Amino acid sequence: MEHSLAEFIKFDRITKFYGPLCVVENLDLSIAKGEFVSLLGPSGSGKTTLLMMLAGFEQATSGKILLDGAAINDVPTHKRDMGVVFQSYALFPHMTVGENIAFPLQMRGIDKAETAARVKQALDMVQLSALADRRPSQLSGGQQQRVALARALVFEPRVVLMDEPLGALDKQLREQMQLDIRDLHRRLGLTIVFVTHDQSEALTMSDRVAVFNKGKIEQIGTPREVYDEPATRFVAEFIGETNLVEGVVEAIEGREATVRLPNGAHIVSAVSDGVAAGQPVYLSIRPERIDLAEARGEARNVLETEVTDSVYQGDHLRVQLQNDAHPLIAKLGRRSREFAPGTKVFAAFSAGDCRVIAP
Amino acid sequence: MSGPSPRMGRSLLLLAPLFLFLIGFFVWPLFSMMSQAVSDPAVLRLLPRTADVVGEWDRQSPPSMPMQTALMDDLRAVDDDQALGDMVRRLNSARSGFRTLMSKTTSALSDTANPPPDLVSIDKRWEKPEFWIAIADALSPLTDRNLLAAVDLGRNAAGAIEHLPADQSVNRVILVRTFWIAALVTFFCACIGFPYAIIAASLSGWKRDLMLAAVLLPLWTSLLVRTAAWFILLQEQGLINDFLRAIGLIDAPLALIFNRTGVIIAMTHVLLPFMVLPIYSVLITIPKNLMPAAASLGAPPMRAFLRVLLPLSLRGVASGGLLVFISAIGYYITPALIGGPGDQMISSIIAFYATGSANWGMAGALGMVLLVATLLLYSVYARLSSDEPGRR
Repeated sequence: MEHSLAEFIKFDRITKFYGPLCVVENLDLSIAKGEFVSLLGPSGSGKTTLLMMLAGFEQATSGKILLDGAAINDVPTHKRDMGVVFQSYALFPHMTVGENIAFPLQMRGIDKAETAARVKQALDMVQLSALADRRPSQLSGGQQQRVALARALVFEPRVVLMDEPLGALDKQLREQMQLDIRDLHRRLGLTIVFVTHDQSEALTMSDRVAVFNKGKIEQIGTPREVYDEPATRFVAEFIGETNLVEGVVEAIEGREATVRLPNGAHIVSAVSDGVAAGQPVYLSIRPERIDLAEARGEARNVLETEVTDSVYQGDHLRVQLQNDAHPLIAKLGRRSREFAPGTKVFAAFSAGDCRVIAP
Repeated sequence: MSGPSPRMGRSLLLLAPLFLFLIGFFVWPLFSMMSQAVSDPAVLRLLPRTADVVGEWDRQSPPSMPMQTALMDDLRAVDDDQALGDMVRRLNSARSGFRTLMSKTTSALSDTANPPPDLVSIDKRWEKPEFWIAIADALSPLTDRNLLAAVDLGRNAAGAIEHLPADQSVNRVILVRTFWIAALVTFFCACIGFPYAIIAASLSGWKRDLMLAAVLLPLWTSLLVRTAAWFILLQEQGLINDFLRAIGLIDAPLALIFNRTGVIIAMTHVLLPFMVLPIYSVLITIPKNLMPAAASLGAPPMRAFLRVLLPLSLRGVASGGLLVFISAIGYYITPALIGGPGDQMISSIIAFYATGSANWGMAGALGMVLLVATLLLYSVYARLSSDEPGRR
């Protein structure tokens, strides 16, 4: 039983071609029941195509999609029992808000009294009870998206699929909706597959994030894992901002590696499996993990640098540094003192604050 | 210092050619044609004195002496034989017997040597009120005879409206036939045009262009050419019959021409673009993701179509249907060339009155009936389309 719960949705070696173009390549992915998984990646990375195949709008060229242990490749969309929320809402313009939400219930032959009760409940859930008789065109973008959400949830689908549902909303509304959806997920125990190209959205909402690139999953893990322990250069650069410094591994001891930089400096960094001594690698150092001091301190790693620019950005101070080998960016807390350009400083960080990434 | 008025004047000046064109080539001909239907000056023009005294008559008692004198004076004053002929024709159509009565009366009146004392002495029929009623009715400058006759109605001796006898009642049959043929053509256009528009709107690139070109190309060809093409295709020895016989589907040729079938086929083809284009233009505004959304919510394809795509595209079907129907009820060439005698539509009758028998009054009246029917349909359509608040 545990096996099927952890593999509630299973993509088994899925490949999708559009003509000669391969958009999803030999992809495996398992999603547990009740899990919130984001498919994150740039446009054209195959994440939306994967979602469309799960919804039944597209057919996989090869491979199997399993839902609760049963292959659903040949099950038509209307029998898959999945709620889909589209980026452009896809509300029916000729129906009222209430009729839109009642639609999936009517399609399932649920009687009028229960339909009315469940529509009301769904409207309460998204706080739109007063607007049941309006038409979608009379609502704001955020309200329309909440209606779309209510419509996708009202029939208690086995899986909820969301295709960049917040992309058309402004920043403030988007952040509110992120929290609302996360809250609904927890309250109702939904299984949600969420497609987005916005990394902060993926980090905010998900149990796990699958980072897509060129039709493949580069890394899948909790938000903390993909941010703190990026497996590839693409993941390190796509999620958040990072400093990538080239170097060569000199030695590996347990979970730590010593990396020699081109200017001869040595950095001790966390490392995962698959990296050998003597291998040229990248070091990923998150800007907010770097401390700046005028004196060489006690930290494991210290780099001598010079400030080239410093920008105050409200919630943080962004300092650009340069030494004889490479540039470096540091983000300092707003309580930090200012650094004038030309100041010689020491950039310090611990071994756990940087990662070795195989190129 | 009046700011906007010079600009206003200039813009009106720019619009002037359009207005002049509209008035000169649309409003005025339409109005004069329509007024032909209701104007009736043939009698009044020649009998002004009679008109003065007949108004006081009670329409029942025998004609009074002043009425007879006035009519005699009027008839003596006539010097235009053609106008006299028009008047006699007009009176005779209202009351048979007027032709002989009038010729007898005018010849008696022209006998200046021995002038008759009154009309009754010329012919006893002048005693009868019926003939005077016919004159009294014909004296009004406006008439509803043509309009009534256009729908097979007429006035009896008492002036009440009643049905014309069956041997004179053809217009109503032809009007009903016209609307029936137009309705059938509209139905078939919708049956073919709606799926066609759905397929065209769902395609993209050159396939869509090709489908639209296939609709538009006939529209750029002369109506006469298209009808003539169907004439060739539908003949007994035409392509369709030859083909069906060659593949062994039929033994004897199908009767496809000079009957209703041929008219419907040809008119449906000719009017199809007017159905496809409005539906297509509505369909391409419907968001592409509504049907996938309906499917994801559990709607099987047919129910999704009925609940989502059909209601959203009905506006296009309605405007296409109206366009086809209104065009169809005015059709003339196609029924004339492809149809038999039993398939002639109202336009053929109008053409007969206008060019065949020079009865402009009847032509105008039938035209007016057609115009009123069209306007009624249009108002129904306008009401229907304004009742649809979902689309903005």
